[in-house]
Amino acid sequence: MSVTTLSSHALAQRQPNWIVRLFDCKPFLIAMCLAPALGLLSVFLTYPLGLGIWLAFTDTTIGRRGIFVGLENFQYLLTDPLWWNAVFYSVFYTAIATFGKFALGFWLALLLNNHFPFKSLLRAIVLLPWIVPTVLSALAFWWIYDPQFSIISYLLVDVLHWKSSNIDFLGSPWPARFSLIAANIWRGIPFVAISLLAGLQTISPSLYEAAMLDGASAWQRFRYITFPMMMPILAIVMTFSIIFTFTDFQLVYAITRGGPVNSTHLLATLAFQRGIAGGELGEGAAIAVSMIPFLVFATLFSYFGLARRKWQQGEAND
Amino acid sequence: MTDTVAQSSTVADAKAPPDTMAWDSGLRRLMMIYLPLGCFVLILLFPFYWMAITSFKPNAELMNYKDNNPFWISSPTLAHIKHLLFNTSYPQWLKTTMMVAIGSTTLSLIASTLAAYAIERLRFRGSPYVGLGIYLAYLVPPSILFIPLATVVVQFGLFDSPLALILVYPTFLVPFCTWLLIGYFKSIPYELEECALVDGATRLQILRRITLPLAVPGLISAGIFSFTLSWNEFIYALAFIQSGANKTVPVAILTELVTGDVYQWGALMAGSLLGSLPVAIFYSLFVDYYVSSLTGAVKE
Repeated sequence: MSVTTLSSHALAQRQPNWIVRLFDCKPFLIAMCLAPALGLLSVFLTYPLGLGIWLAFTDTTIGRRGIFVGLENFQYLLTDPLWWNAVFYSVFYTAIATFGKFALGFWLALLLNNHFPFKSLLRAIVLLPWIVPTVLSALAFWWIYDPQFSIISYLLVDVLHWKSSNIDFLGSPWPARFSLIAANIWRGIPFVAISLLAGLQTISPSLYEAAMLDGASAWQRFRYITFPMMMPILAIVMTFSIIFTFTDFQLVYAITRGGPVNSTHLLATLAFQRGIAGGELGEGAAIAVSMIPFLVFATLFSYFGLARRKWQQGEAND
Repeated sequence: MTDTVAQSSTVADAKAPPDTMAWDSGLRRLMMIYLPLGCFVLILLFPFYWMAITSFKPNAELMNYKDNNPFWISSPTLAHIKHLLFNTSYPQWLKTTMMVAIGSTTLSLIASTLAAYAIERLRFRGSPYVGLGIYLAYLVPPSILFIPLATVVVQFGLFDSPLALILVYPTFLVPFCTWLLIGYFKSIPYELEECALVDGATRLQILRRITLPLAVPGLISAGIFSFTLSWNEFIYALAFIQSGANKTVPVAILTELVTGDVYQWGALMAGSLLGSLPVAIFYSLFVDYYVSSLTGAVKE
């Protein structure tokens, strides 16, 4: 119906107007449509990316243009125990947190895939940790990890009598590291669970019926149907998760700021501390650039995950 | 439970495997589904409960677990919220954050709708590569970009101005929205546009009168997503904004309210609660769009 009303309009407006004709010229229209997005992305994404790599090879500080110093920044980083510590903790943090998020998130997705009352309400509630600003929930975790008034310590010491003294969550390196990982897992579970749930719902029930007729156990159905069918989506979600966990900044900055004694610095927080807070833009940029090899590795992982998906579904699936 | 298994196995000996019969029995369901689900919900929601209850507790109760049950409030107070609203510039921070979120959402919706339309509908040579390029832009995390972007922002004379945030946030919003909208435009039948072309409509008329009205659910999903992402953004806002009045809520709470050695947990938690509420309310109004955009983007 809208089409018929449109035609009369269009005919009425059909005057030999050069602007109208210009906008009907396809190359011009394509250029106009792509200009805002590509303009924004190239000025604020591609250019800074290149500039960042350039800055990493200079000794720029805030307020002073740097000169090219070659690999000096990177040579310095290689001898810097703090940088090595940040690399170690970034990898450790990413590995443990990703494993935790996916194990628990997959479990939650499998649970949510059952039928029970208030399902959509529950699904909405589960996403909450992911919606709320990370810094604000991180503050709640900071309060939960308080050395004196931690509610977890209260539960363990005064209610359950499992321990005799309060836990010092953030005061010493290893407990602080694991506390941050726990907060990251808490925040990441919803995203993983909801994404994987979407994948679970695309698996045809007839596969399970066929397997059950053949006498497959619940574990076998999971191992030989659910898991292989979920591989493509697992690969994509995991790549995203790895990239954004490895480059995480907010949680660490809000809860520990890299302390105690710099033991919980991630590469991103170290780059911020040196680059923005310390003013050594060149060195900060070098730390940020040193994250790129890890990210390229994760992206390649994603690419092959996607390629495999195409291959599984056949060529003509677009 | 052993009963049901025993019963079902006697029946099942002849026909189906016992597993299928026992699957839906009540106790097993309780142990395998409801119990773990309950634990998940408890753990996922506890920090919010703790945040809410802390923000209404008087200071005396906050620091005394011996005489009060810490899980409940015996004399609730609005003191922390009052302090926040009248003694700090919290309303100002809320206003700035809202402005930045709305500005960047509008900007990125316009840019990504046009881009998605060009890539999906005005098919040209190399359009899949432009799409791939925009997708790859999504994989560049802000943590790599914030140092060079800070110098770019200074060069443009936008340092310490919310306008810088409005212009910078689209770098992570546009890739996501474009990808979402390309998927959405794909689902709109091409025949509708062909009809309009035959009737003599121009390309822009088609976009405005046919494609956009049909893509409204996709636009809403993209809009909600952008709004929450820009409300929650932290690292750029921390690096580019210096003066107290121009800060966004997440940055301001962390940098302006955390003062001295004794943390004012009541006020901090009240600030976090108030800062989370707008997104939470916005989210609850559009849950279905949100979930579908999240899962749709992953499936794409």
